[in-house]
Amino acid sequence: MSAVMITRKVRKWEKLPGKNTFCCDGRVMMARQKGVFYLTLFLITGTCALFFAFECPYLAVHLCPAIPVFAVLLFLFVMAMLLRTSFSDPGVLPRALPEEATFIEMEIEAANGNVPAGQRPPPRIRNVQINNQIVKLKYCYTCKIFRPPRASHCSICDNCVDRFDHHCPWVGNCVGKRNYRYFYLFTLSLSLLTIYIFTFDIVHVVMRSMNGGFLNTLKETPGTYPLKLSVLVCFFTLWSVVGLTGFHTYLISLNQTTNEDIKGSWSGKNRGQNPYSHKNIIKNCCEVLCGPTYPSVLDRRGLLQEDTLISSISVTMFIVLSLQKTTAPLIPNEHTPDDAKPSIAASAEKNASPKEEHPAATKVPPLASPETDAETSIAKERAH
Amino acid sequence: MLAFPTILLIKLICIRVNSLCRPTAYRTSSNQLCSSKVFIQRHYSSGTICKFQTKFPSELESRIDEQQFEETIQTLNNLYAEAEKLGGKSYLEGCLASLTAYTIFLCMETHYEKVLKKIARYIKDQNEKIYAPRGLLLTDPIERGLRVVEITIFEDRSIGSGR
Repeated sequence: MSAVMITRKVRKWEKLPGKNTFCCDGRVMMARQKGVFYLTLFLITGTCALFFAFECPYLAVHLCPAIPVFAVLLFLFVMAMLLRTSFSDPGVLPRALPEEATFIEMEIEAANGNVPAGQRPPPRIRNVQINNQIVKLKYCYTCKIFRPPRASHCSICDNCVDRFDHHCPWVGNCVGKRNYRYFYLFTLSLSLLTIYIFTFDIVHVVMRSMNGGFLNTLKETPGTYPLKLSVLVCFFTLWSVVGLTGFHTYLISLNQTTNEDIKGSWSGKNRGQNPYSHKNIIKNCCEVLCGPTYPSVLDRRGLLQEDTLISSISVTMFIVLSLQKTTAPLIPNEHTPDDAKPSIAASAEKNASPKEEHPAATKVPPLASPETDAETSIAKERAH
Repeated sequence: MLAFPTILLIKLICIRVNSLCRPTAYRTSSNQLCSSKVFIQRHYSSGTICKFQTKFPSELESRIDEQQFEETIQTLNNLYAEAEKLGGKSYLEGCLASLTAYTIFLCMETHYEKVLKKIARYIKDQNEKIYAPRGLLLTDPIERGLRVVEITIFEDRSIGSGR
């Protein structure tokens, strides 16, 4: 029995566990649910398009031509930060390989000692001291590692993320160590953009109403619909995005993550002080926003060699099954040439018996794919 | 009717050999060389910066000097500290990058990446000069998500050495 070794070079991202989707051959990494992210893109580009089309011509002429220019720069910055947040690796920790997982299990068992049968073993926790504060490191049963401090497991993406902040559906990705600053700059620049557009919408209304009265300006149809829509979107966006930016500014000044804030890890009398804070607002801000850019430890685009050993029997079976696939549906339809219809029925009967190896090879109906022709020629070669 | 050949096909195709980051040069068909692994864990007392424990594992006692091992780990710790250092240079890089909307990193390497290359060269150098002659192999921590320093211990059973 001869065997064929097929070596395939695959990129590591194709074999990564977790519920992420990858694009551009591993360069882009996002969560699976992207619907809300598309909504974010639509809202931002839509509102800006309305602003550029309907407000900017008037404002550039009557006020200053720099207004649209600055708006364009701000819009481009917002989009760049959004795409950077959405497409980058948030700081995913790769899962432990089998040897490492076994080593950790052995260490845990050694630490626990003998647990009497029937009794639940103690929870898997490691205590470390960071800046005179005891921090508990929890064991992740999915990734088989003890999570580093500030890391958390995202159930939506099914990954442990370093310095996990939160999973943001608006950007379609987790926010963690590597993309937190892009996320913050996105919310900050979006706040500025929203305030900018809202302000100039109001200025536009005021300037027009100076000519014809406020109510008359609002009643004008249809030219004011884009203006009204733009104002409405900006008004609602303003409160949420500016509020979010304010909240994250507060977190950055204290060097805390959203996850820690929600859990109340460092608030309250009994919990202790945040051991990661430098106790200086400026230093905290500098560390989070201007600190070193951490590299991705995932190596998505690295090459992996996958060797598949296929025996000759399985090659033949593969061909038989592929041909069965291309001949199905076995019921001839209007596209089947008339002379092929009896042969489909004949081959269907023959393929029904599992022990046949070469029946379909010689009777291939002239249907569809070029693959069929290639496989037929291989089957014919082997038959001879 | 299709179930039987499908199952047979799956069983036959399921002979797969994945070579995942294993030093294939050390695998012999007679399996005279076997390996075990020791994992040096991270040390978190200084916070979340990348630092490894310098405690000497008992499995390496017969193989290498404690001092040599500590020197290697300490040098690695120093290199990682250099990569993650918060100072004027990193702040300048961060500010400049944010002003260009981080597009500058398309043409420029970050400071951290430069130090990682330095670390890779150091580990290769240490493996060639010190660890490989003693039947040990250091794996770059970046390949393990900066979680552990993996040391592979090779034992040659044919000579009758080892445990």
